[in-house]
Amino acid sequence: MSAEFILQQLLNGVSLGSIYALIALGYTMVYGIIQLINFAHGDVMMVGAYTGWYCTTVLHMSFLPAMLVAMLACSVLGVVIERVAYKPLRKSTRLAALITAIGMSFFLEYGMMFLVSPQTRTFPPVFPQTIYHIGPLTVKYGDIVIITVTVCLMTLLTVVVKYTRIGKAMRAVSFDKEAAALMGINVNNVISATFAIGSALAAAAGVLIGVYYNTVQPLMGIMPGLKAFVAAVLGGIGIIPGAMLGGLALGLTEVFVSAIGFSTWRDAGAFLILIIVLIVKPTGLLGQNTREKV
Amino acid sequence: MLELENVHVYYGAIHALQGISFRVDEGEIVTLIGSNGAGKSTTLKTISGLLRPKEGRMTYLGKDLTAVGAPDIVKLKLSHVPEGRRVFANMTVRENLDLGAYQRRDAKGIKKDMAHVFELFPRLEERQAQVAGTLSGGEQQMLAIGRAIMSQPKLLLLDEPSMGLAPILTRQIFDIIRAISQEGTTILLVEQNARMALSVADRAYVLETGRIALSGDAGELMNSPEVSKAYLGGR
Ligand SMILES: Nc1ncnc2c1ncn2[C@@H]1O[C@H](COP(=O)(O)OP(=O)(O)OP(=O)(O)O)[C@@H](O)[C@H]1O
Ligand SMILES: [Mg+2]
Repeated sequence: MSAEFILQQLLNGVSLGSIYALIALGYTMVYGIIQLINFAHGDVMMVGAYTGWYCTTVLHMSFLPAMLVAMLACSVLGVVIERVAYKPLRKSTRLAALITAIGMSFFLEYGMMFLVSPQTRTFPPVFPQTIYHIGPLTVKYGDIVIITVTVCLMTLLTVVVKYTRIGKAMRAVSFDKEAAALMGINVNNVISATFAIGSALAAAAGVLIGVYYNTVQPLMGIMPGLKAFVAAVLGGIGIIPGAMLGGLALGLTEVFVSAIGFSTWRDAGAFLILIIVLIVKPTGLLGQNTREKV
Repeated sequence: MLELENVHVYYGAIHALQGISFRVDEGEIVTLIGSNGAGKSTTLKTISGLLRPKEGRMTYLGKDLTAVGAPDIVKLKLSHVPEGRRVFANMTVRENLDLGAYQRRDAKGIKKDMAHVFELFPRLEERQAQVAGTLSGGEQQMLAIGRAIMSQPKLLLLDEPSMGLAPILTRQIFDIIRAISQEGTTILLVEQNARMALSVADRAYVLETGRIALSGDAGELMNSPEVSKAYLGGR
């Protein structure tokens, strides 16, 4: 294997991993705040992809405005899903909520099929199909967009969580809801905000996937959703930098497993790595063993 | 200032508070003592809106509290330091204090109160950037009280502030409670350490399995044979 080849795969892996990471963030944020694996999250991404498709194809918007509209639409969708389906179950068992999430996932998938037909749609070429040759590397315009968008959104998220009022409230609620309420934090609103942010990130990922692979269809959220869930667990569920790291690790693994000639094994490779990491470190790459709650 | 009238609270089928009535007047330190499971924490949680009474009335500064939820009660300048401190262990001391002022928008006032908290607890100033989970138990208690002060309470509910602290630290915390009271904050104090609690308080109520069993002047109760026998280790 030449150095150029490795470098090229590295780039492809980061590009794919960025998308996983964007989706994984939503899983991890929602888990962090209400300890729910939101199985409908990948389908929210799908709705984002469709919104992007609609905005570009029917409304002839360009990429960035289309992505912003999709993010806005999905943040509303995320809040509605939480209020309607999950909030009434907040005091019931986690299994009940999990099953509801799976139900919500089916609802979105088959609801979308009913609405727009199961047919695969082609995303218009919203980017120039330019290919840059940087040294020995072949860089697609789309790669640059994916990586730039991801880096910007992650930086924004990090700043929001670390420095803003809502970010501090989110961390407080995820740690101790009762104590957060005693600070005057409206816990329900903070949970809604978390769904809104996570769903907006998924929508961005959905539009990127749609543009990158040129297609959208109602079941497109399943595999990336599952992979992103793996990424979130790999990094340590509930930990925001963990989702970023897990996404990248997963993307790189897949690309390298394919690159060395085992492309049919790439998904298996990803899951194998997950299993190994969880055996060695059950809380994930960045997970702490126990939360100090003296 | 605060008045409870015939308050009943249930946890499912468990009848935890069975018709409690008491009042706290402006400027007082009132203590609520009682053995484990008597319902002291339940009483404070009901006042601060974490629990809803099934029956009865609560009024605070002339307002009906019965149907007000926890976040809105903080706005009424009533703050609750919960049992076990409950600091946000994953956040820094500074961030914990910022969260105490979550409902406020007056940057200047917040800054002033932060300085005041640091004056009361110099230790917290030194540890500003430290993650709260790594503080000692005593420091966490200081942080929990400091965090509550950041919301500018007129009435402060304290649930077992001396829990798990060495005697020197307990004395320190009680000195601070006195100081906060002298600054004009009214205090409702729940304590296991009845002797300490009665020594700072003006008045006291004794809670027994969800009912007020005794009440009166703190000094009087300290000398009453019943209290002495049950809560002060007898003589
Ligand atoms: N979340 C809960 N679910 C069910 N029962 C509860 C709950 N919290 C408290 N109780 C019950 O309510 C009663 C009063 O509890 P509470 O915590 O108010 O007592 P306490 O006086 O604060 O005791 P301690 O001194 O041990 O803190 C107890 O019998 C307790 O078992
Ligand atoms: Mg208690």
